Amino acid sequence: MTTGRELGQLRPTRSTLLVGLLAGILGFALVIQVRSRQEVDTFAGARQEDLAEILDDLNAREERLRLDIDELERTRDRLTGSAGRDEVALVEARRRAEVLGILAGTLPATGPGLRLTIEDPAGTVTAEVLLDAIQELRDAGAEAMMLNGVRLVASSFVVGDGEGVAVDGTAITAPYRFVAIGAASTLAAAMEIPGGVVDVVASLTDARVVVDPRPSVLVDALRTLRPPVYARPSQPE
Amino acid sequence: MIPALALAVGVVLGLLVQPSVPVSVQPYLPIAVVAALDAVFGGVRALLDGIFDDKVFVVSFVSNALVAAVMVFLGDQLGVGGQLSTAVIVVLGIRIFQNLAAIRRHLFRA
Repeated sequence: MTTGRELGQLRPTRSTLLVGLLAGILGFALVIQVRSRQEVDTFAGARQEDLAEILDDLNAREERLRLDIDELERTRDRLTGSAGRDEVALVEARRRAEVLGILAGTLPATGPGLRLTIEDPAGTVTAEVLLDAIQELRDAGAEAMMLNGVRLVASSFVVGDGEGVAVDGTAITAPYRFVAIGAASTLAAAMEIPGGVVDVVASLTDARVVVDPRPSVLVDALRTLRPPVYARPSQPE
Repeated sequence: MIPALALAVGVVLGLLVQPSVPVSVQPYLPIAVVAALDAVFGGVRALLDGIFDDKVFVVSFVSNALVAAVMVFLGDQLGVGGQLSTAVIVVLGIRIFQNLAAIRRHLFRA
């Protein structure tokens, strides 16, 4: 039997020591428990069912995120792939547009070539002579031509009515100035073959022809395209 | 006086040693500590009532802690460990409150 007075005193007896020991154990356990709660992460104290639930949640979340990743990767691949294809297609389309523009006369062209001037003060040069000149320039490989500011293309025509000459419906007068782009020496040689343009013009009264090959000439006359009314593109065989 | 000193010594010892709680004891230590706290407050109340008995205190301290830990252990085995430890904590908490109320009446006469 221990009284309250005895516990309050400093003189140790067997019973106060025993009580003190238990109090010490309590303090010790209290402190290490508090400290272990701070150190250990929150899952250590969780029960098995809770942990299983948390794990399920995480697995479902991972699955969703994985699907998101797949989706985004597919989108990325599609975008980068189509961007590359579009760029190649654009370059190709530009190149084709340039080639066709020079052929159709909708783009100005420059390059080596010649100037061919036919002077005709007496009016003896006929449309046939000019047409021959155009054909011979074409045969010699002229890629772009103009005559007195009119672009000459595949559909160009020359009309003479006895009073004057018209190219593609535009009346022109002497001197007739051709500008053609092609291999300059080949073009010049083609003009001077026997029976060619130079010969024919020289045989006409007062007419004179000057052939002037140059390293660079400019064909800047343009033609506006009319869309075809009847012709439609057909599928290639 | 000696129990109070011993309590302080235990706290300081725990702070200095910083032992890690063994995994097998981890679920039971907090319950045992709360049970021991209940025993201590009961002891203080008995002291103030003038009916303190060191034998009763020692037995109640040890048995409280052991019974609380065993109950949680049993609950874990039966698959109701979480609920049972909550029940033990609630009961011990109520007892601690009652003891504290009695101590307060003794100390402040209110």
